Amino acid sequence: MATNILMPALSPTMEEGKLAKWLKKEGDPVKSGDVLAEIETDKATMEVEAVDEGILAKIIIPDGTEHVAVNTPIAVIASDGEDVSAAAAAPAPAAAPAAEAAPAAQTITESSPTAPATTPAAVAAPAAPEIPAGTVMETITVREALNAAMAEEMRRDADVFIIGEEVAEYQGAYKITQNLLQEFGPKRVVDAPITEHGFTGLAVGAALAGLKPIVEFMTFNFAMQAIDQIINSAAKTLYMSGGQMGCPIVFRGPNGAAARVAAQHSQDYAAWYSQIPGLKVVMPYSAADAKGLLKSAIRDPNPVIFLENEILYGHHFEVPKLDDFTIPIGKARVARPGKDVTIVSFGIGMTYALKAAEELAKEGLDAEVIDLRTIRPMDTATLVASVQKTGRCVAVEEGWPQSGVTAEIMAQIMTHAFDYLDAPVIRVTGKDVPMPYAANLEKLALPNVGEVIQAAKAVCYR
Amino acid sequence: MAAAPPTKSVKPTGKPRSTSNNPEFTPEEERSAYRTMLLLRRFEEKAGQMYGMGLIGGFCHLYIGQEAVVTGIMMAAKEGDQTITSYRDHAHMLACGLDPKAVMAELTGRRHGLSKGKGGSMHMFSREKHFYGGHGIVGAQVPLGTGLAFANHYRGNDNVSFTYFGDGAANQGQVYESFNMAELWKLPVVYVIENNRYAMGTSVVRSSALTDFSKRGQSFNIPGEQVDGMDVRAVRAATEHAVEWCRGGNGPMILEMQTYRYRGHSMSDPAKYRSKEEVQKMREEHDPIEQVKARLLGGNIATEDELKAIDAEVRAIVAEAADFATQDPEPDPADLWTDVVIEG
Repeated sequence: MATNILMPALSPTMEEGKLAKWLKKEGDPVKSGDVLAEIETDKATMEVEAVDEGILAKIIIPDGTEHVAVNTPIAVIASDGEDVSAAAAAPAPAAAPAAEAAPAAQTITESSPTAPATTPAAVAAPAAPEIPAGTVMETITVREALNAAMAEEMRRDADVFIIGEEVAEYQGAYKITQNLLQEFGPKRVVDAPITEHGFTGLAVGAALAGLKPIVEFMTFNFAMQAIDQIINSAAKTLYMSGGQMGCPIVFRGPNGAAARVAAQHSQDYAAWYSQIPGLKVVMPYSAADAKGLLKSAIRDPNPVIFLENEILYGHHFEVPKLDDFTIPIGKARVARPGKDVTIVSFGIGMTYALKAAEELAKEGLDAEVIDLRTIRPMDTATLVASVQKTGRCVAVEEGWPQSGVTAEIMAQIMTHAFDYLDAPVIRVTGKDVPMPYAANLEKLALPNVGEVIQAAKAVCYR
Repeated sequence: MAAAPPTKSVKPTGKPRSTSNNPEFTPEEERSAYRTMLLLRRFEEKAGQMYGMGLIGGFCHLYIGQEAVVTGIMMAAKEGDQTITSYRDHAHMLACGLDPKAVMAELTGRRHGLSKGKGGSMHMFSREKHFYGGHGIVGAQVPLGTGLAFANHYRGNDNVSFTYFGDGAANQGQVYESFNMAELWKLPVVYVIENNRYAMGTSVVRSSALTDFSKRGQSFNIPGEQVDGMDVRAVRAATEHAVEWCRGGNGPMILEMQTYRYRGHSMSDPAKYRSKEEVQKMREEHDPIEQVKARLLGGNIATEDELKAIDAEVRAIVAEAADFATQDPEPDPADLWTDVVIEG
């Protein structure tokens, strides 16, 4: 019986990868544990091991193929005794001695090699005021944008260093710090032991002494171990010292739900940190914002919580090719102008907001989409100006509803734009449950485009 | 490398460093130590009094009895060395050279307090004097102090961070996370464990599986030493030793200062967990100030009149601080909104 080898998923969020290199060739015997091929994901190069014994009958996806979707058959293994040539089918079947029956070939003929996925289209962000007209744009991922932002700031200021788990030799658990060790050395790219409470406090102490640490949390879920140091030591010291002792530090890392990692690894902390005076809280969606805001965060003399998202890391966007591109903290962006209803979101919530706006346009509803970008200080002025224009608002976040960021958005609109509202503000949030593991339940727990569309129609009484 | 590295192994006996082995102080050092410790004590006595009068609010933790620790350590420090401690911090600030008026005015919550009245007893800082707080969360200052040492190491200077914490904080997990990184990266930090025998109301034997705190770094290979923290000479000698080790690039060192606080944990502590006799015995037999006084008089270094003059001078400083802290206005209400973030 021949067995298809499928393109494996090598991380919770991997959707595709590059088949970098085959280490076996057609006709080679393989046994369980042999390394068959190397696959490059956006995070790492991984080896694919054989699970079954037999003969590598056919390589379906050749070396160097990019964007191979997970679960695409990449090769066929025939069991011992099977007719390898028959299993391998194709170019010259006539040349193959048709000795023994080869039912194995069946799987191959059934599964025509899947065409590699096309290059993901870059999301063209509408011109932002920060980007001068005529600027040349390049298409990069959020991951590359974050990496570039840190590298540029480390070149600019010798007091900037990065500390975190696996940031140096491993090249970053999510490859955000790739190549920083090579360029800046181990003094400035510091692998910390798995002791969030300790290394966060250490970094805060270094910041009080005048250095500018970037603390990478492998995920913000682990920052709960260190939250006392973030809030009591980093955020409050300036005030408690009567303005004497600032704490220039950035806490960054993936936040919120990734994919199928369940309750303890899927939590959005935007609302938690946004409650704390003394902190700034940034949560970008696009690569341009990720780059420009991270550079601003590193230069900011205050502690900044910089919330990234694992799923967005691999998304492509246009980023201006400028020597020193920064975006001011505390400014929202009109991601899509419109007149009928305001949809406000931030971070990965923008994916739902923008898709919903596209769908709504087909039905004749012109939604204006606001990307908050910074949660604290919140750019209420941009939000209110939009609601004054549209008279209707839907607020979207992946986090939980109670005391969530959208609750604050609603309160701000109530306070500053009540007389302009033609309908109550509705919000679309993560469901009020710990994140479940099962795929169907996880999907239900997160917001979706349909819910945003429904909410937008509801506030428009459609 | 340090010329004479301290013992890398921890003393197995756990006996305090013997006073008789300590280098004698010069007459000038004896006088200076006496004056400093007296200032700390009179200041704290006054703070206690003002608390009783309702001029100081909230929590107020007094250092009375422990004066030899910070005094001896600062005698071994040099310019640029950092100090960071817990909420029992008034004496540390005075020993760092901060103005008693500004410290007392912070205790009373007035506008010329060190933190403009926004920090209070537990939260004061001075970049100028390298004093990094004043921390209200038990143990939180330990990673922070390790971070100060990280900054010294990063900058390649030879300053050390004196990171103080109590026997209670010594049981916090973040202390051991800090020990690990400090030894791993050879950071110049002297961990000063002020063992005053009680974590609030819980004695060390009721809270600690290993009461020899000098051994708490053993599993990280951090050398430690027990020190008679009631003898300022022993404190200075041990600190000189530790500082030499740290400046030499050998990494951290632990000094367990065996000391005692005469007052309760805070002003609202009735101290029912120990006997009056225990306190009285410490006062009579081990008082850090009386020890120096006895040497000053016994060695004919100073006369009673000279000591009285020092006392009068110190009392005048404290009285002036108290007056200032009482007369100084409360903060401007507009200051509620300032210093939350650095603008621009």
